[in-house]
Amino acid sequence: MGGGGDGIAAAAPPPPAPAASGLLARQEMRRAGGFSAEEVRRDFPVLGRTVRGGKPLVYLDNASTTQKPSAVIDAVSDYYRNSNANTHRAVYALAEESTEAYESARERIARFVNAPRREEIVFVRGTTEAINLVAHSWGRANVGKGDVIVTTEYEHHSNIVPWQLLAEEKGARLEYVDVDAGSGELDLGQLERYLAGGGVKLVAFSLVSNVLGTITDAARIVRACGEAGAATLVDGAQAVPHMRVDVRALGCDFFAFSGHKMLGPTGVGVLWAKKEALESMAPFHGGGDMIREVRKSGSTWNDLPYKFEAGTPSIADVVGLGAAVDYLEGLGMDNVRRHEEELTRYALEKISAVRGIAVYGPRDASRTGGVISFNFADVHPHDVAQIVDGEGVAIRSGHHCAQILMERLDVAATNRASFYVYNTRGDVDALVRALDRVAELFKLE
Amino acid sequence: MSSGNAGIYHEMIVDYSRNPLNYGKMDSPDATHHDSNPLCGDSIEVHLRLDGERISDIKFDGKGCAICMACSSVLTEAAKGKTVHEARLIGKDDVLAELGLENLQAVRIKCALLSLKVLKYALYSHLAKCGGDGDADGLKEEAAGLY
Repeated sequence: MGGGGDGIAAAAPPPPAPAASGLLARQEMRRAGGFSAEEVRRDFPVLGRTVRGGKPLVYLDNASTTQKPSAVIDAVSDYYRNSNANTHRAVYALAEESTEAYESARERIARFVNAPRREEIVFVRGTTEAINLVAHSWGRANVGKGDVIVTTEYEHHSNIVPWQLLAEEKGARLEYVDVDAGSGELDLGQLERYLAGGGVKLVAFSLVSNVLGTITDAARIVRACGEAGAATLVDGAQAVPHMRVDVRALGCDFFAFSGHKMLGPTGVGVLWAKKEALESMAPFHGGGDMIREVRKSGSTWNDLPYKFEAGTPSIADVVGLGAAVDYLEGLGMDNVRRHEEELTRYALEKISAVRGIAVYGPRDASRTGGVISFNFADVHPHDVAQIVDGEGVAIRSGHHCAQILMERLDVAATNRASFYVYNTRGDVDALVRALDRVAELFKLE
Repeated sequence: MSSGNAGIYHEMIVDYSRNPLNYGKMDSPDATHHDSNPLCGDSIEVHLRLDGERISDIKFDGKGCAICMACSSVLTEAAKGKTVHEARLIGKDDVLAELGLENLQAVRIKCALLSLKVLKYALYSHLAKCGGDGDADGLKEEAAGLY
């Protein structure tokens, strides 16, 4: 990666974040490069518990959802204890505080991904809703019969099914960029051939694969789409939590991510799009707060971003996401990435060394997010996951909402271990020990 | 066992998963059905050969975890030689008890009962086609309600 259109790991320092809680001294130390996962763990109450008869919890399902630090739990709890009221409506004190908390989170989140304007940050339920919003509001107006939408074989179902629905409704064609089953990389030459074929209205891709961890060459895709006049939608669900993302530098048209995968609460996510795009789009849901005036003869729409935020939003969860962003800024996203890259390098080495393990996707930690998918001899992933769970180790088994990728890899399912700020080499060692137990029970040589 | 739920992986389960009984395809079966579990990808097909009302042969094939393969093995073994009426009475507790899986956690029940569900649908399709047993629809409902 690198160059002008590269929105990941850009070198510019983040704007100063507001103080999260009493963690300032620790944050200063971390900024200076003193990141310690062991220390980070202490901020996460759930990591202190045991499971399955006294085994320490080893949580390695972070691509699915992440645990929450006290700062986030307290922010949500404090909101309900002290400030709960609906936003943007009433004039009393609580409503003012609630609106302020909600809008302040929007501003911090905008800064976190370097969005040019706060009103370009639309709160939705999660990445899935963000993509559906684009398919509905932008897709219906901009994709017609015979047009082409391109996605990739390593997308999550949430970046496939909305496009299947749209293509079916409009009589458009949906194409998939191949994934090389060996390297886990997209065949971007094929994408360029689709673009050269004409009629491509949108290219939708994830910045980091939720199964293989592959970091997509977004700069190349955005550049090629720009030249071909195709819009781009980036699923950032597996990227924003783990590396510095700069939507402005990335240059895409739409960018989606989820709060719960970045230490925030469930039920809140973000769609970012350029103001001009959002202004040109029809509303997604109709209801309260998204209107300017409602008459029997019809209605007019509220300003951005409220046009896309019908109904009472998930206020406490937005406040919690704001706290999560503060927490991550405190750790420093460059430290987060460095930690995960080091841990992934260690894990790739340890897991690959287990006899009978087949790892899918890039083997080079600098080319991958903190996600490792693997299969263990002929043992079904569900059995592997259940046995390692008996040792307190939580990994995911299944198709990871990526059945098209499973077909490409020619497997029904995989095991997946995925890392975050609080994972340590000790967690990887615990997984490898638990895999020994699988070998023992299934009498693997 | 050092830990609770790994205890389900006893010898018999592991052996059946490696060497399932009655595993394979069948030429022109008299009844057949397929189903899968969308979340885990287990996919099982059951084929029946009927000699009058008696199941003279039964086979299953497909892909599944150890729990699924072991349960399919003991289920097909139990159904073989039974009449359609007898086979339809095989219930989930029969399958689970045979393998000591009475306390299987809820999330894995689908793995254990997929083949039973498929067998019940296969029997239903036979009954619906041939008449014979009075309450074919009851069997279909039972299959749908297994998990």
